[in-house]
Amino acid sequence: MTALPDSALSVSQLSVTLQGKTVLRDVAFDIAPGEFVGLVGANGAGKTTLMRALLGLLPHEGESSLAALPQAARAAQAAWMPQMREIAWPIEVRSVVMLGRTPHLGGLQKPSAEDRRHVEAALERMELTEMRHRPATQLSGGEQARVLIARALAQDTPLLLADEPIAGLDPAHQIATMQTFAGLARQGKSLLVSLHDLGLAARHCTRLILMSEGTVVADGAPEDVLTPERLAQVFSITAFCQRTGEGLVYQPLDVIR
Amino acid sequence: MSRVLAPLALLALLLFAGSLLIGPAGLGLAESLRGLMQGGDSPVTLVMREIRLPRALLAVMIGASLGLAGAAMQGYLRNPLAEPGLIGVSGSAALGAVIAIQTGLSASFALGLPLAALAGALLAVLLVMALAGPRGTSLTLILAGIAVSALAAALTSLVLNLSPNPFAASEIVFWMMGSLEDRSMTHVWLALPFMIVGMALLATLGRGLDALTLGEDAAQAMGIHVSRLRLLLVLGTSCVVGAGTAVAGAIGFVGLVVPHILRPLVGAHPSRLLWASALGGAVMVLAADIAARVILPDRDLKLGVLTALVGAPLFLHLILKLRKERF
Repeated sequence: MTALPDSALSVSQLSVTLQGKTVLRDVAFDIAPGEFVGLVGANGAGKTTLMRALLGLLPHEGESSLAALPQAARAAQAAWMPQMREIAWPIEVRSVVMLGRTPHLGGLQKPSAEDRRHVEAALERMELTEMRHRPATQLSGGEQARVLIARALAQDTPLLLADEPIAGLDPAHQIATMQTFAGLARQGKSLLVSLHDLGLAARHCTRLILMSEGTVVADGAPEDVLTPERLAQVFSITAFCQRTGEGLVYQPLDVIR
Repeated sequence: MSRVLAPLALLALLLFAGSLLIGPAGLGLAESLRGLMQGGDSPVTLVMREIRLPRALLAVMIGASLGLAGAAMQGYLRNPLAEPGLIGVSGSAALGAVIAIQTGLSASFALGLPLAALAGALLAVLLVMALAGPRGTSLTLILAGIAVSALAAALTSLVLNLSPNPFAASEIVFWMMGSLEDRSMTHVWLALPFMIVGMALLATLGRGLDALTLGEDAAQAMGIHVSRLRLLLVLGTSCVVGAGTAVAGAIGFVGLVVPHILRPLVGAHPSRLLWASALGGAVMVLAADIAARVILPDRDLKLGVLTALVGAPLFLHLILKLRKERF
């Protein structure tokens, strides 16, 4: 099965079995250019497994238009920010972001003016220009997360996948990052981002995919996905939800015991 | 970048010259150079070409090998405590050599020992690759390496244990300390092809090692074939370390300490560390081999003993520095 020309990512019948246990079952969706899709669900619902499988990083059954590509083409199509924020060596922030240009460089080629332009733009987007020369390992956890988001942005791909990118960021940078993602979507890029903050997800994403126990239980506009019944069933919580002049306001309230 | 490589290259060159000019024969500078360049059958030419030149060449080759392999191994495992011996190749090469000494193979023909050591190294690579599997992670590689190292060490002890001949046992112990004494150009020619192939393989890893800074998942998503990188790393390291151990015995700490010292000087980039560590390794082994000749000229001080004596305290110092940074 080939991806439709108007979809950035096409997944069908995607299943993953790890050590005899099915952790992902028959997942199917398409993501069109310009969509900012939030992937939500409780811990262990299969969000990370889904993203790693559709990237071809996990053995899987079923189809993913991304995993079907050869590795080099995949790196040109999608950038991936794993949940594990690993920066092994104290290399400077700018060099970490430059790693995002890896798929665009041939053999022994040095970074071109264009590569540097993408890196500078990504640094600016994530408000890192000031600390560009500092060793990335000396930054705080939230700052490192921003460096890694900038790294993924510098890869400059039509599709961006990020696993809990805003966890650990301060409120201003959480909002700014969501706005950056929304801005990229408006420019025609596609994003699939797993999130735990339902309020930010509801406000900024164009669409939500809700997962539970390895399957997609709802897929659509935030208001249609986050119904009181589903929240009770999937997250065991209640929430306040209202469309206001300021946009959709969504506030989780209580745990249902 | 070249601010690091150029001084290191100059230092290596100076030490190489020093290695050629320093020795028990006490030859003058002009005399030595004339002997080296002119050829002929004079004793000076013999000393220069048959004793000092192979010794200096082997110091450069082995030092560069250990430095490069150490930098690559630390980069792949993202761990500053990794070293080339980790995958069990040096231990297995030593086992091959020990068996050659014990069985008398080394005495029966000149290349008996290095060839047996190379066979040991080859067996270790095959075993490590079989144990670690084609798609395993860095953890499976470490575990496979530890298993092979432990097996080789146990078998080496077994050979020593059962050795009926005390002379063979003491020869084994001395050989395992590592030395460049009395090596000939034959040893150079034996090790050189493996080292060239191994270094060529390791030299291709720079970009992949840089990407691995962000973890295996992120590197793969940036188009790096991580399992291919691992295969090249194991093969390259085996070539250089196996050949080095085969001709000089086990020389420790070079592959551990040199990348560690040079890392801050290259901005911690794993790719830039590769060649810097190759030069740094050559510098360290050349210096240690000269020191072995100068400090106790008549006591046959072993090179491996010296690198360990220098390397261990230096390493302790680095640990203390790290602790200060963290707490």
